[in-house]
Amino acid sequence: MSARLMQGNEAVAEGAIAAGVRFFGGYPITPSTEIAEMMAKLLPKVGGTFIQMEDEIASMGVILGASLAGKKVLTASSGPGISLKQELIGYASATEIPAVIVNVQRVGPSTGQPTAPSQGDVMQARWGTHGDHSIIAISPWSVREAFDLTIKSVNYAERFRVPVILLMDEIVGHLRENVELPAENEIEIYPRRAPKISRAEGYEPYAPDEDLVPNIANFGEGYHVHVTGLIHDETGFPVGSPKVTEDSIRRMHEKIERAADEIIEVQQEFMDDAEFAVVAFGGTARTAYEAVLNARAKGLKVGFVRLITIWPFADKIIAQLAKKVRGILVAELNYGQLVGEVQRAANGACLVKLCRKYDMTIFEPEEILASIENLVAEVK
Amino acid sequence: METRSYEKYFRQNRLPHLWCPGCGNGIAMKAIVQAIEHKEGWTQDNTIIVSGIGCSSRASGYMDFDTLHTAHGRAIPFATGIKMANPELNVVVITGDGDCTAIGGNHFIHGCRRNVDLTVILFNNNIYGMTGGQASPMTPLGKKATTAPYGSIDRPFDACKLAEAAGATYVARSTAFHVQHLVKMIEDGMDCKGFSFIEAMVQCPTAYGRRNKIGEPAKMMAWMRDNAVMKNAWDKLPDDKKTAEKFPIGLFYKAETETYDSAYHRIQEMAGVTA
Ligand SMILES: Cc1ncc(C[n+]2csc(CCOP(=O)(O)OP(=O)(O)O)c2C)c(N)n1
Ligand code: SF4
Ligand SMILES: [Mg+2]
Repeated sequence: MSARLMQGNEAVAEGAIAAGVRFFGGYPITPSTEIAEMMAKLLPKVGGTFIQMEDEIASMGVILGASLAGKKVLTASSGPGISLKQELIGYASATEIPAVIVNVQRVGPSTGQPTAPSQGDVMQARWGTHGDHSIIAISPWSVREAFDLTIKSVNYAERFRVPVILLMDEIVGHLRENVELPAENEIEIYPRRAPKISRAEGYEPYAPDEDLVPNIANFGEGYHVHVTGLIHDETGFPVGSPKVTEDSIRRMHEKIERAADEIIEVQQEFMDDAEFAVVAFGGTARTAYEAVLNARAKGLKVGFVRLITIWPFADKIIAQLAKKVRGILVAELNYGQLVGEVQRAANGACLVKLCRKYDMTIFEPEEILASIENLVAEVK
Repeated sequence: METRSYEKYFRQNRLPHLWCPGCGNGIAMKAIVQAIEHKEGWTQDNTIIVSGIGCSSRASGYMDFDTLHTAHGRAIPFATGIKMANPELNVVVITGDGDCTAIGGNHFIHGCRRNVDLTVILFNNNIYGMTGGQASPMTPLGKKATTAPYGSIDRPFDACKLAEAAGATYVARSTAFHVQHLVKMIEDGMDCKGFSFIEAMVQCPTAYGRRNKIGEPAKMMAWMRDNAVMKNAWDKLPDDKKTAEKFPIGLFYKAETETYDSAYHRIQEMAGVTA
């Protein structure tokens, strides 16, 4: 396939189609709207369905219904819309309905700065809905990666039957780059899980498979499945027992924790001789990379660490990193969110400093470079 | 004697239900499965029951189909997703007066407007039953609730008028007393392609009847018998006879309009569907 000039949001829509997404429900909001617009155009061509709902709660509801009826589903939003989606993100987590939620982050809280970039939803992505729950969040830094990670999000949602947040930011969402997309046969697709035994053989929709993920039958296939947001046992029916409650919440966490090493992806550059490291993700990582190059040109031994997976958090990798380097700089476009996780994982093994920005503009490489120099000076 | 052939539509191992003795929800739930039984081509495998949250919405768990107990107020968006994803399925929504017209009010009117082929049955007990008797948007003026201890001053919705104004293509009302009629209203709604809305008035002796001194369940049903007026008779009733207690039942509105699911099929063809 030849290279094509494409926007990050457009790459998400193309990635969704390539991943087999056949249902999109949404509500317009900047800076995510292009995804809905593209899906409205593309989905009917491939026999899929686009539907504009009355709000973001309904957008979540409609995709969860469609997912239960057997479709791979995706929705996209930002800021206030993501807040509205939280109720049913929790429902998806509790009922283990596969769904992908794209969050093209903008400045908040509230209406904030609707067209300006931010990375202020790091913690919301993990803890936005109430109660203990599991979730996966991954974050691309380029247009091509927006395509690839959309496919990965859909595959994770299907494989783990968990809501997956594609944590974009306005920088990547509205970035235009020349990209070459992979051919269809180069794309790996995780199919919808299916029951392994019949009802007569004692099929239970919420009985976990070996990987702790249940093989819940799609609606309309004769299994008479019951789905509820109440805590339920393997039959899917609510049970008011402490044991079932504990088992159910534990399994939901463990199904992700067990696969964490596989899910967690981190890009590391210039680490061989690094004495310091810059940790960043998403659009900010592009500037951080530039700053690391500049620091290296000045003779500073700085490495570059980009978190592709935000949740589950890269605890082990950061712990190892903290033992290797003398200082870590976390660059993020918010008041300071990811830095807390890095500090927790580093557990005092090295100095962890924050390079933050929350004035609706993106980082300049010089700003991050100055923070690197401060960190180096502080340690030396 | 009535055969009990409808029993196969219930999950026997989930019974007895958790509703209070004398609650009207069971009557409405049974009316739904009887309507399904009458419907040619509607089977337990191709019919999906979707509910919200509330006493009424617990019905889905007792019914032996693929069933979906969603979040408070959200049943209609989920049902919309199921029907649009697989138009071959018959999709029935069970909701309460609070579920449908308070927290789910916006989804309700947009469901009516969009006209996806769904059958929505509102179990109206005029109260928030599950949470112990707070006022709902369908609690009549002056009636008492835990959150309206001196009587409600909130003007209630007429859900049928709301549904019609919002674009539903089938609108009817019946009661837990008029069982045969209720079954017929639901069945006709299922026949009608499009967003069909049926308000089933049900008694909640525990959270509504007792507080409002209406009496035990049988008295509440006698009240329905005495105050419900068939639509034809209602239309002829002089205004001074239409007292606050009296209300019409029957078919209020029916129209044939292209459903959203079939309209979308046209869109797919226009887009040059390949798959
Ligand atoms: C978001 C949310 N808010 C509040 C509740 C608490 N709640 C559960 S059921 C209910 C009211 C149900 O009333 P109605 O829909 O009339 O159903 P009924 O119990 O009367 O059948 C409320 C407020 C909830 N479950 N979720
Ligand atoms: S509280 Fe009312 S609606 Fe709920 S089960 Fe009891 S009688 Fe029925
Ligand atoms: Mg009620």
